[in-house]
Amino acid sequence: MKKPIISVRNLVAKFGENTILKNISVDIYPQEVTVILGGSGCGKTTLIKNILKLYQPFSGSVKIFDKEVTSIDEQEFDDILSRIGMLFQNGALLNSLSIFDNVAIPLEQHTKLSKNVIEKMIKVKLDLVNLSHAIHMMPAELSGGMRKRAALARAIALDPDILICDEPSAGLDPLTSASLDELILKLKNLLNMTIVIVTHELASIHRIADRILFIDNGRLIFDGTLDEAKKTDIPEVKTFFEVGTF
Amino acid sequence: MELREQSLFFEGELTKQTVPALNNEFLKHIDQMISTIDLQQVSKIDSAGIAFVDEILLQLELNPDDSLSMNEMVRTAYDTFTSAELKSISKEKKLDFFTQIGSSSVNFIISVRDGIYLIADISYWSFVGIFDKRGQRKGSVIQQALFIGVDALGIIALLSMILGLILALQSAAQLRQFGANIFVADLMAVSMVTEMGPILTAIILAGRSGSSIASEIATMQVTEEIDALKMMAINPIRYVVVPKFHAITICIPLLVTASTLIGIFGGLIIAVTYLDLSATVFIDRVFEVLTLRDAIIGLGKSYFFAWVIVIIGSYYGFNVKGGAEGVGKVTTQAVVASIFWVIILDAINSLIFYFNV
Repeated sequence: MKKPIISVRNLVAKFGENTILKNISVDIYPQEVTVILGGSGCGKTTLIKNILKLYQPFSGSVKIFDKEVTSIDEQEFDDILSRIGMLFQNGALLNSLSIFDNVAIPLEQHTKLSKNVIEKMIKVKLDLVNLSHAIHMMPAELSGGMRKRAALARAIALDPDILICDEPSAGLDPLTSASLDELILKLKNLLNMTIVIVTHELASIHRIADRILFIDNGRLIFDGTLDEAKKTDIPEVKTFFEVGTF
Repeated sequence: MELREQSLFFEGELTKQTVPALNNEFLKHIDQMISTIDLQQVSKIDSAGIAFVDEILLQLELNPDDSLSMNEMVRTAYDTFTSAELKSISKEKKLDFFTQIGSSSVNFIISVRDGIYLIADISYWSFVGIFDKRGQRKGSVIQQALFIGVDALGIIALLSMILGLILALQSAAQLRQFGANIFVADLMAVSMVTEMGPILTAIILAGRSGSSIASEIATMQVTEEIDALKMMAINPIRYVVVPKFHAITICIPLLVTASTLIGIFGGLIIAVTYLDLSATVFIDRVFEVLTLRDAIIGLGKSYFFAWVIVIIGSYYGFNVKGGAEGVGKVTTQAVVASIFWVIILDAINSLIFYFNV
């Protein structure tokens, strides 16, 4: 049995009086593509943001690279974060900077690489997401799909050990979505990346998922492989795979 | 890394952690004859490593096909991450001096034209809006009046009082020397009514309401809310701007009056406590010295200040470019332009009414 790269135990997340995540325990294993599923508002993004301490968990334990992050000091957590790439739902590019400068941020801040090497890395990453032509454009000049791809280039700028994608395919055409999946698989194999994806796209799930976590109403109701998910009798999961998308 | 018979030999990891040190080492060998790069013994390579290899090839002017020796893993990574085939895309060229002048002149003309259209639109719909409330949300004028007027009253009162105290105190120090204590009342009355009351109120409103109008409309523009209103066959100027225009028109005379009275009251405090004048004498003198003309000019120009604040806020709001960044920019521009135009209008007003008096 592989050792989990992210391990969550009894995580409870609240917004005020509202409990969003009710005692969730999950393990995410290295070099796998784990897909988090669930209806809108069930707590998928909240789970990710609690794992990454963007929201402070109400209670429970979160371990990343075997370190307890709920009680870790800032410096150590920054080191962990520099090994994680995150693609946000809406891209979250810095609007005041060009696409080139957006991708350059992690490279300039977390490495001592020379300017030329950084420039080459940025070009390659943007080429991987088919955005070479937009390198000097501002985020506001890009379409939603392009912004998301630029954000992916920023997320993989440092070749992170863990890549977390919050709905990467939403708003993309099927072809771009498929090439994005291909890229994600390539990165996984090439750089031994662990990938966590929140998505609703069934086609995408079929293409890339190794493991499925299904969250419903703040609880984890399914944790298993894609094949197990397709055969399960749990009504919510079954409906999901039968109906298609939520 | 070491040099073996014209071959640059790498082993172990070639990653973002090891590349900076390897680069320093490479720079020591850069003048030597190198014809191949051996990556057979590399155990781990990432995109930083590949970019480094590309950089070496570029500096040594070597062809990757002839000079790279790689194992299977490095080959796959190289095929994915190499930048050798990528074209460089240069930034747009800067325009030359004359083109820049031409381009900014055209932009200026366009912005003046847009500004005039907007003024016409706002004036027309504000006038129509008095009689016809369609296209406006119910209660929006009152809601805006509360925000623009009532919420601003506290800060305007406080600053007017402080300004009144300062004006009176500083002039009192001079007037006392000549035994002309009573003239502090003249000074306070005329300066507060004709100048300080209106301009102070206008500058506070420009900072407070002008910025909020610009940022609100700009945010609506960026998030496509303005387009949504248009698609619902609702005129955005009528729906968003007109209530603000009406609200500020109602509030400005009241705010200016409050500011003026409180400022004069500040002067009264100094007159009584510092200049040994009685309150009755001060107040009598104030009314004696003031003319209806002064009051009308003071209040009259404040309307123009208020309208200019709404129009400029709306202009910058509607003309926002970019996302959140753009909103911040136009808000700043709107406040600066509002204050500028308020002062210019004030100067024009002074020239018209006081130049030959």
